[in-house]
Amino acid sequence: MKIRLDHVVKTFETFRAVRDVSLEIESGELVALLGPSGSGKTTILRMVAGLEYADGGHIYFGDQDATDIPVRDRGVGFVFQHYALFPHMTVAENIAFGMKVSRVKREKAAIEARVAELLRLVRLEGLGDRFPAQISGGQRQRVALARALSVDPKVLLLDEPFGALDANVRHDLRRWLREIHRELGITTIFVTHDQEEALDLADRVVILKDGHIIQQGTAEEVCRNPQSAFVMKFLGDANVLAAEVRDGRAYASGAAIDVSGMADGKAELYARPADLDWSAQGPGIPASITRVLDRPDGRRVLATAETGEQLEFDVEPERALQAGDGGFVTLRRAKVFALG
Amino acid sequence: MRRNVLPGLRLSLGVTLLYVGLIVVLPLVALVFKAASLGPEDYWRIVSSTRALASYRVTVLSALGATIFNLFFGLALAWVLTRYRFPGWRIVDAMVDLPFALPTAVAGISLTALFAANGWFGSILADLGVKVAYTPLGIMIAMCFTSLPFIVRTVQPVLEDLDPALEEAAQSLGGSDWTIFRKVILPLLTPALLAGVSLSFARSLGEFGAIIFIAGNQPMSTEITALLVFIRLEEYDYQAAAAIASVLLLTAFVMLALTNWMQSRALRYTVRN
Repeated sequence: MKIRLDHVVKTFETFRAVRDVSLEIESGELVALLGPSGSGKTTILRMVAGLEYADGGHIYFGDQDATDIPVRDRGVGFVFQHYALFPHMTVAENIAFGMKVSRVKREKAAIEARVAELLRLVRLEGLGDRFPAQISGGQRQRVALARALSVDPKVLLLDEPFGALDANVRHDLRRWLREIHRELGITTIFVTHDQEEALDLADRVVILKDGHIIQQGTAEEVCRNPQSAFVMKFLGDANVLAAEVRDGRAYASGAAIDVSGMADGKAELYARPADLDWSAQGPGIPASITRVLDRPDGRRVLATAETGEQLEFDVEPERALQAGDGGFVTLRRAKVFALG
Repeated sequence: MRRNVLPGLRLSLGVTLLYVGLIVVLPLVALVFKAASLGPEDYWRIVSSTRALASYRVTVLSALGATIFNLFFGLALAWVLTRYRFPGWRIVDAMVDLPFALPTAVAGISLTALFAANGWFGSILADLGVKVAYTPLGIMIAMCFTSLPFIVRTVQPVLEDLDPALEEAAQSLGGSDWTIFRKVILPLLTPALLAGVSLSFARSLGEFGAIIFIAGNQPMSTEITALLVFIRLEEYDYQAAAAIASVLLLTAFVMLALTNWMQSRALRYTVRN
């Protein structure tokens, strides 16, 4: 099912949660809504579900205007951040709930068969008789997904699906959700504030800030070509240096980089820790090392530039560096954004 | 014994158990002993006398009626107080506790004044042919009044803690409002409702002050068991008073045991492996 949001607006009391958002999601696509808290991502998801109503604009499911269709008739599967499993029902009863209350009457045997099928899909065979309090967080999340899928939704919506889980479980579930999506081909939107999760999982990442879409695209597009300082900073660690653009080059305390086409003026230079390197001789940004953090895959170096700016960069595990060393930080690549 | 973070467990355990013993258990034991000092035949004769039987009947039936009424009304009141905020909400919320705070005799006198044939409500009801004061209906109203807070105050916190996402989940799965109430909300409220019902019923069984003014206290029709115990006491017939009181005690015990059992059944799902 293709979903289209057309100039959607939502205000809570005086807080403008969503301001004029237009977005198209293709049938079968897996889309991440990514943004900091307060960016409106969950509100958008809840409006697509019908759990909130838009104050302005329209939401289309295919060609049908779904803006005012209540949630129970909208045919969406919703997975809540804290699962929202019915605590007094067993896992199997939770999954069967949607089929039992549906206006479409089903045979008892058909419901049981479907529950068994869904339990297999989410790899929880044999846990059907447990209550939610008796299974782990990751298992609960999978029950919540099975329950959402039980009513054959046109769209699957997940609100911070892995937010409450440990890092390990999260990693496994992420891969597993991707597999399920490939298997079922259902249009899926999920909300997250974890950029790694969005980049790993989604076909397309929609980045939101203050109720607006700031940028959208594949993981490659948003990573390689962030169009604003906000996206650059939000997607990962970044060093920021004050810079000045003159005649198509940006100059920042001892380093310079080509920025052909940019207008002259004050700017900021952004570089990922992996975009910087260290050299004993110039040219480069004169700096001294303040700390070296050893990590499994290399060494993270914290340095202070002569200008007082703090820098972080990664070097290979073999590099012998220590706090107090002086030298130069060199620039492999960087993004420059004009100020103001 | 496992070491505890808070010190003085043994001491506080000793002190509290002593208090429970002195204040709760000892009087009950004395009551049972007093009743037991009658021979089995005398005991049976007293507790199964027609006047006593009539008093059990009116007490239990009125308590049952009051509790059932409060079950619905108390649930509705708790629902309104948790789900809606309206002008005067704070006042209504505070008023729920009033029956606890008010001396029950005051409640009894005001209810009698209201429901007497010439009272504000009584005169209107009399025109409709309904008599409240000096009938079992009056007893029921007095019981409703004094036991209302139990159900409201046991259900309210549970309702407040109910995750709104549960209802949203049920809605997204296609459940109608009534289905959601019946299959999701009500089962989760059941333990609290049972606790409230048992307290409300127990309170109604033992209520005295609020009832005696409105009941009329006619033996065989509107005389409650607690009053019969009081009458026997005034006659210095302590053994008979204890015997009849022991029946009330037993009823309360059975009822509390029953609701505890039902509650633990309703809470099976919270038990971890």
